Amino acid sequence: MIYEKNATEMATALEKGEISAVELTRAHLDRIAAVDGEVKAFLYVDNEGALAQARDVDQRRKSGEKLSPLAGVPLALKDVMVQQGVPTTCGSKMLEGWRPPYDSTVVSRLKAAGVIILGKTNMDEFAMGSSTENSAYFPTHNPWDLTRIPGGSGGGSSASLAAFEAPLAIGTDTGGSIRQPAAVTGTVGVKPTYGGVSRYGLVAFSSSLDQAGPCARNVLDAAYLHEVIGGYDPMDSTSISAPIPPVVAAAKNASVKGMKIGVIKELQGDGYQAGVLKRFNESLEELAKLGAEIVEVSCPNFEYALAAYYLIAPSECSSNLARFDAMRYGIRVGEGSAEEVMNATREVGFGKEVKRRIILGTYALSSGYYDAYYGSAQKVRTLISRDFENAFTKADVLVSPTAPTTAFKIGEKSNDPIAMYLNDIATIPTNLAGVCGISIPSGLAEEDGLPAGFQIMAGAMKDDRLYQVGAALEVALNSKWGAPILSKAPKLGAK
Amino acid sequence: MSKISRDDVANLARLARIEMTPAELDHLSSELSVILDAVARVQEVAGKDVPPTSHPLPITNVFRADENRPSLTPEQALSGAPAQEEQRFKVPQILGEE
Amino acid sequence: MALSYEKVIEKYEPVLGLEVHVELGTKSKMFCGCSTEFGAAPNTQVCPVCLGLPGALPAVNGKAIEYTIAIGLALNCSIAPFSRFARKNYFYPDMPKNFQTSQYDEPICFGGFLNVKIDTDEGVKEYRVEIERVHMEEDTGKSLHMGGATGRIHGADYSLLDYNRAGIPLVEIVTKPLTGTEKYAPEVARAYVSELRDILRSLGVSDVKMEQGSLRCDANVSLRLIGAEKLGTRSETKNVNSLRSVERAVRSEMIRHAGILDKGERVIQETRHFHEDTGETTPGRSKEQAEDYRYFPEPDLVPVAPAADWIEKIRSSLPEKPSVRRKRIQEEWQVPDKEMAAMINADVLDQVEETVKLGADPTRARSWWLGEIARLANEREVPAVSLPITANDVAEVVALIVNGELTDKLARQVVEGVINNEGRPSEIIEKRGIKVVSDDSALLQAIEKAVAAQPDVAEKVRGGHIPAAGALIGAVMKETKGQADAAKVRELLLKHLGQG
Repeated sequence: MIYEKNATEMATALEKGEISAVELTRAHLDRIAAVDGEVKAFLYVDNEGALAQARDVDQRRKSGEKLSPLAGVPLALKDVMVQQGVPTTCGSKMLEGWRPPYDSTVVSRLKAAGVIILGKTNMDEFAMGSSTENSAYFPTHNPWDLTRIPGGSGGGSSASLAAFEAPLAIGTDTGGSIRQPAAVTGTVGVKPTYGGVSRYGLVAFSSSLDQAGPCARNVLDAAYLHEVIGGYDPMDSTSISAPIPPVVAAAKNASVKGMKIGVIKELQGDGYQAGVLKRFNESLEELAKLGAEIVEVSCPNFEYALAAYYLIAPSECSSNLARFDAMRYGIRVGEGSAEEVMNATREVGFGKEVKRRIILGTYALSSGYYDAYYGSAQKVRTLISRDFENAFTKADVLVSPTAPTTAFKIGEKSNDPIAMYLNDIATIPTNLAGVCGISIPSGLAEEDGLPAGFQIMAGAMKDDRLYQVGAALEVALNSKWGAPILSKAPKLGAK
Repeated sequence: MSKISRDDVANLARLARIEMTPAELDHLSSELSVILDAVARVQEVAGKDVPPTSHPLPITNVFRADENRPSLTPEQALSGAPAQEEQRFKVPQILGEE
Repeated sequence: MALSYEKVIEKYEPVLGLEVHVELGTKSKMFCGCSTEFGAAPNTQVCPVCLGLPGALPAVNGKAIEYTIAIGLALNCSIAPFSRFARKNYFYPDMPKNFQTSQYDEPICFGGFLNVKIDTDEGVKEYRVEIERVHMEEDTGKSLHMGGATGRIHGADYSLLDYNRAGIPLVEIVTKPLTGTEKYAPEVARAYVSELRDILRSLGVSDVKMEQGSLRCDANVSLRLIGAEKLGTRSETKNVNSLRSVERAVRSEMIRHAGILDKGERVIQETRHFHEDTGETTPGRSKEQAEDYRYFPEPDLVPVAPAADWIEKIRSSLPEKPSVRRKRIQEEWQVPDKEMAAMINADVLDQVEETVKLGADPTRARSWWLGEIARLANEREVPAVSLPITANDVAEVVALIVNGELTDKLARQVVEGVINNEGRPSEIIEKRGIKVVSDDSALLQAIEKAVAAQPDVAEKVRGGHIPAAGALIGAVMKETKGQADAAKVRELLLKHLGQG
């Protein structure tokens, strides 16, 4: 089926005229209609808008215009990215029905490249969570096992890829929200270097950690998408002015000969599922076979990363979410004074996890506690950056399992916040230091036959190394498996 | 041992403008105490000589020119407003100080 | 029964703290490209950034930084080699993000001073006001409070928000506690704000119109017994919209504090609102708990580290300081201190200088602005600069006096006419037919008539009794409807009577 192809294959077919953008979009909209009742990856499917975009691309191609490599290829957009005129909820009741009057820079670039935005995908509310169970609307189901979570906060995007509802997706990653969902759904997800992709129009959760990134079913597709969305944006004062690293070339290069691969001692062992570790170690062997040198590195301050993250992110979010006050947009409930209406609206508009983090963040920033909590966490950040710097003198990239476990059952951890937070233990250090990371499938864990992820990390602005090593490993593993991992997923919507 | 009391949570909820139910206040008090215990360990390594990081990137002086860019139309600006009157956002009676 | 000011200063000494907010006159807002023009229709100058829409991000206006550095340099401040923006978190409907992007412990300028002079019965006194810091922040939207009787927030049913003003660059200038002003605290406060205003105006960074809100002053006042070490509790007074109000507010608060302290009670630390009509303050809504702003470094903006050569470039392009300019003018024109102070107090120095530039001599220029024009301004209870008379007009009038086409008396009529909106001097002279009668033969005619009418007075003058000529001169003036030059008449008269 056309929707089972990868994005590069679809792009080639479009370019050759074998299929039109409209046909391709229709095929995906039909697929969504067929399976999303079970997967529930989408909060909003923009049938009309997507077809209109597709018609436009077909027209432009017909008139001989030179189009971007991904023109006409469909994409699923995490609902945290603002898209003009299209409902944007961030998975929250607070923004139910809100249609933004502007486009995020990522969306502007996607539109300019002719990528077709099919709709908005489900997520943990305001990007807070690791399972998409915190969505105010409904949980998304992992296409590998519909009783299980697809990861979070970007579970909708990863599930849409794994369910072949879209070949490309955009996610955002603050503590692992692109990479961990990629790991548990057998897909590819990248958190670019902080500042590598514009945050203008990315509804902020934790401003110094958030990054939008490309998601796909393979490394090369993700690289093409990275080159569409990345690069300097004057509207984002934290965006990097240097050119995008050559990620597509690196993905095509796909060689690890002579590279040093650093295994982070602290990101394995206890707390990591045995099957996950086994696939991780096998992947290391593959890399060694390809000519890489495997070395062990130590990042001793990483054990404090989770604690630092759960002070910094809530602190920043307590401030970022203050704007939701029922005065200018969003829902408004309650009677009485402005203050009473604000209080009542925020009580019903925000879910449990969001409220928990807002209160925690308010506390960590409050007078008398700032130094002990937020202030100390910012110092741990410095130590973690130093650990990375030090480790990168010993290796070209660093690796670990992406997440400690495979997909757990829906409801299994939702009453235990700390157990939930532990899902991000391997991904969080990357965000704190602002460096880049990718997750690619490492195989299926033996215990449960569910996907596990292999995480590769590189230094700031060295995103190309992620794709180079990732692509090399992907080739080796696909060869070992005989076919890409997703071919082993259950067939959905089969009639 | 609860690091954060019910009253503390109530105060924080007031600061954060969230009207919580008594049950929520109780829940949060115990949950947050557990979380705070876990995150407090940042103090173990946050020595005096470690500088804090507020930006992962070492950039400074990002400025834009003093030029005008198109604004939203008033219709666009007010498009999400729960209530409006005379091209302004209408909000209920404000009790607080200006 | 309120205490008299004299009684207050006998017992207490005031400590002042002045916070001045300046709206910068940049074209675009602090963090976005929306226009800053005053008076636009509501919500027509807003964008995702200044509306605080989800996903929006700030981008710093480089000109605002430049202006702030210029202000800091003009106030003798140090420019921080590294400064940061911080979020000041609190909820209020006129603040779209419910935090204000401001600066906290790393302001861009710090540690300066401003010398101010005031004119007192005991002579000119000078005070040094120490500046704690100068920092950048953004302005809030404007609320209209509807349904209540006064249009103020108390008693209103609902409010309407216009965010055009939200995001306009604001600079906050904070003084260190100012001691040693004693009974002159109100005047010193006023002089400080006035001098600050002049400096800001000369820098061209703001139109500093207190009535329009582009210059706002909050006055902090506390009292302590004379000679006491510890500072008293202070109150903060807002809504001080003119220089005169600064003076009145400080005086009013000093009297109020003294009244409380005399009774043995404690002054409450609170924010108060100044009322123009009564000259007194009323309490704002008292807060049960102090607001915790939870400041933290703004993660969406990177630090400001102005290069040394940029700072020097700004420093070298600073215009002449008002105090330096005044000194220069005083020396050039040889103006006595008291007159200098009078010009500054009446806020007419610019006008006088302009008049001189247009050709009038400094003495005459001064005497017109400080004399007749000031008198007419006082009559109308408005500042001289708001009258419809310009430096051009005054220069024209002075030129006409100098070449004999107007006498002082006639000139006063012309000036009054300009102020009454009858037109420009030449138009008024034309309309009213004002003309100096300088034609000798016409004058001689009038002189002969007067002499004929008062022969015995004329005889006295012939006899050497010159003062007697006054009656004859008066008669001639009457005859010529006041349009003769009295000095000329006297000259001709005396000659005619053999005494010239």
